[in-house]
Amino acid sequence: MNMNTEATTNSASANLKNAAGEYLTFVLGTEQYGLEILKVQEIRGYDAVTQIANTPDFIKGVVNLRGKIVPIVDLRIKFNLGKVEYDEFTVVIILNLSGRVVGIVVDGVSDVMALKEEQLRDVPSLVTSIDTKYIVGLATVEDQMLILVDIEKLMSSQEMELMDAAVH
Amino acid sequence: MTVDMSQFYEVFFDEADELLAEAERLLLGIDIEQPDTEDLNAIFRAAHSIKGGAATFGFMDMAEITHVLENLLDKIRKGEMKLTGEHVDAFLAAKDVLKMELDGHRHASVVDQDQVGDVKMMLKSLSEAGDVAPVPKAAPVAEAPVAVPAPAPVAESPAPVAAEDIAIDIPPGHQVFNVALPEITDKDLSNIKDELALLGEVSSTQQADKRHVLTLVTDSSQDDIISICSFILDPDDLVITVGGAPKTETPAAEPVAAAATPVASAPVEEPTSDDGKVKVHEEVGYGLFAEDGKENEEEGYGFFAPFNPHPDAVQTQLIGDDTALTAENSGAQSTTQVVEDKQTAVEATTAAPVEKRTQARRESDKPPANTETTSIRVGIEKVDQLINLVGELVITQAMIEQRVNALDPVQNEALINSVGQLTRNTRDLQESVMSIRMMPMDFVFSRFPRMVRDLASKLNKKVEFVTIGATTELDKGLIERIVDPLTHLVRNSVDHGIETPEKRKAAGKSEVGTLTLSAAHKGGSIVIEVTDDGAGLNRERILAKAQSNGLAVSENMSDGEVYSLIFAPGFSTAEVVTDVSGRGVGMDVVKRNITAMGGVVEIRSALGYGTTISIALPLTLAILDGMSVSLGHSLYVVPLNLIVETLQPRAEDIKTVTGEGYMVHVRGEYLPIIALHRLFNHHTDITDPTKGVLVLIEADGKKSALFVDRLVGQQQVVIKSLETNFKKIPGVSGATIMGDGSVALILDVPAIIQMGQTTNYITGASTFSQPSYPAISNPANA
Repeated sequence: MNMNTEATTNSASANLKNAAGEYLTFVLGTEQYGLEILKVQEIRGYDAVTQIANTPDFIKGVVNLRGKIVPIVDLRIKFNLGKVEYDEFTVVIILNLSGRVVGIVVDGVSDVMALKEEQLRDVPSLVTSIDTKYIVGLATVEDQMLILVDIEKLMSSQEMELMDAAVH
Repeated sequence: MTVDMSQFYEVFFDEADELLAEAERLLLGIDIEQPDTEDLNAIFRAAHSIKGGAATFGFMDMAEITHVLENLLDKIRKGEMKLTGEHVDAFLAAKDVLKMELDGHRHASVVDQDQVGDVKMMLKSLSEAGDVAPVPKAAPVAEAPVAVPAPAPVAESPAPVAAEDIAIDIPPGHQVFNVALPEITDKDLSNIKDELALLGEVSSTQQADKRHVLTLVTDSSQDDIISICSFILDPDDLVITVGGAPKTETPAAEPVAAAATPVASAPVEEPTSDDGKVKVHEEVGYGLFAEDGKENEEEGYGFFAPFNPHPDAVQTQLIGDDTALTAENSGAQSTTQVVEDKQTAVEATTAAPVEKRTQARRESDKPPANTETTSIRVGIEKVDQLINLVGELVITQAMIEQRVNALDPVQNEALINSVGQLTRNTRDLQESVMSIRMMPMDFVFSRFPRMVRDLASKLNKKVEFVTIGATTELDKGLIERIVDPLTHLVRNSVDHGIETPEKRKAAGKSEVGTLTLSAAHKGGSIVIEVTDDGAGLNRERILAKAQSNGLAVSENMSDGEVYSLIFAPGFSTAEVVTDVSGRGVGMDVVKRNITAMGGVVEIRSALGYGTTISIALPLTLAILDGMSVSLGHSLYVVPLNLIVETLQPRAEDIKTVTGEGYMVHVRGEYLPIIALHRLFNHHTDITDPTKGVLVLIEADGKKSALFVDRLVGQQQVVIKSLETNFKKIPGVSGATIMGDGSVALILDVPAIIQMGQTTNYITGASTFSQPSYPAISNPANA
């Protein structure tokens, strides 16, 4: 996945303009990801979940978050990244996506950083387990590539099976 | 001046709604022979409050109706008029009209103006008829001496006679009223004229002292005139006389009384708790004596007409107070003027007491102050939030309790005691908070007596309406949703269930049918029943109708199944479609609504003896009595009301078909075994039913045996939706939070029974579970 060199043109697309802002960066396997900080409700450790029958394996189950029943998704399983281990460093980012509360399991949370428009690059067309339509753009921070995810679009997508789809 | 009143509309609408409902309840409960004064007062207060509010917000249509209503009520509650069934009907009709107008303002729904007019006319005519009705003589006589100590001895004697006079001859039809106005602006004058013109013909003459006297020819009552004028000026300043009518002196009694008030009250202390208006009528006797003093009138009028303090004021008072003289005089002049003299005099000389009195009257116009606030309005979301928070608290408390139980009881005795107390307090708190949402069934039941009454008279049936268990409490959410289905069922029972008196007689039953509405707790649910002793359901006819409707039926169906057919859409066996019911729409909606609430409808009927429709509802939507069962390392909750029994089967009770489809033999019945671990693809060590527990579940009349590892315990759980943040999971109706803070799923029993049937037990092939998903194995996985 070393495609960062070819994306260093200055032609940022229109949607990149809107993408500038503050991002929470997190680690999945060896890759750095970022998501819009305003979507984050809180960050907590991984607790026991209640498993739910007949759901895909990346849906770990539901937890009680102060009286709310919140589903937990393991993005590592979903994207086949890294070893799936649950230890004291495993982190759950609780997202609030237009009122829906969802937790995602990641390997770790690194930083919050403000990204300017000129730091952002378009995503080339690639075949990955994450559809590029859910990736807003790429950014280079201290020689590291950061993958900016449109987390709301991703979590409400059908493949995440988190919501009742009309197709069901 | 431009305060936006619309922000207060909602408050008024709510309040008016409540007041109307309350008034209706009181009206229906009233004993016509011996009406309870308190009730009458309460109805009056309701009308009065609505009038006040309506006028404030500019809903003049409502203010008008309430006003007429109020007048009539006032007469009745003061015993001037005897309450009759006709009155009650009129009041109820007025209530309906008000409700219609209220809805008109609130939801911009259509208001039937004809109906409004009819009711207004009815009330008015009743009110006037009331003027003719015998006036209880005791009251005026008794009160007169009290009210007017000074002239009492003289005043007393003619009073009874006079009272009788009015009673005997009041002419019907139009009357001529002379309305003497105080000094007012031209604008007010023309306003008044316009208003009065609505009642009849108005002409105006101006007096030398710039006061106007309006002559009105109308069939309306004096009270109407006063009330119309009172929008513009203080009715106390009005002097109304009756002239030109066939008998002048008779109706004059009232005006006299009205105008006499100031005189009467002036020497006495300010009126006590009595409504100012009460005074007016109490003094009927007093005012009447003046009738004989008509001769005095003309001169008195000329002298003392001005309302403002007049040079002649002192003299006026002399004459005014000198009622004894006037009383003795007899002549053909209108009475009122004398009284007016007195009024003028009093105003001029005893301004202070009058002022005091007026104030007192204003105050007493309001409902008595004893109506303490017994309830407060709180948004339902606030209550729900409170319930959620308390739910959290209970869970936290349970967690503490668990931790504490692990401690050494000797070393930590004090802590354990404190936690015990915390436990009790939390339980109490939870119970009280939960009860906030609970409302008595009376809230629903109270609207039916009226409906049944109206329906019965419309259909010419005699129906006695009985409610049982109106205090049974039910969740507010359910209460609101049960109203419509219940209304439909009651309607149906009156229309189709209960027969006409002739038919009932022919069948050897009492002419009066009985419709019973009952509510009671039964196990974990509340059972609401609509029972009538009418014709009952005709099995043959339902079957025939179902056949002609193309429904799949057979002669072998049980009664229950046959009766359930009436819930099919478009099903009606009614021979005649009335405007009440019989179109066949509705019963299916009833069934659907009740099912949506988690309830069950059942019909019991005997041809010729009656029908009972029984609705079983969960107590609340938020809380569930559940049995927690374990499966592997997970806990699931089964709604207790759907559990028939639990058992540990013996090996010989487990039967198979072709060695695969498992069934259990329970008391002669073969029930399919649904293995939860297979259904949910859940790993467990217990796969042999004899090692685990079978929970017999029943829903929609179907039974199955649910095979789980073991029973954990029975508890009340707060239902949380999975769909808020997640999605609907087949076989799971929701989730709940257990004592340790973990989440347990609540099983959707009807769905599980359904799923058990689609899973092919004969071949063992499950058509349900999606094999692509891994089995649930490690509980926490971490």
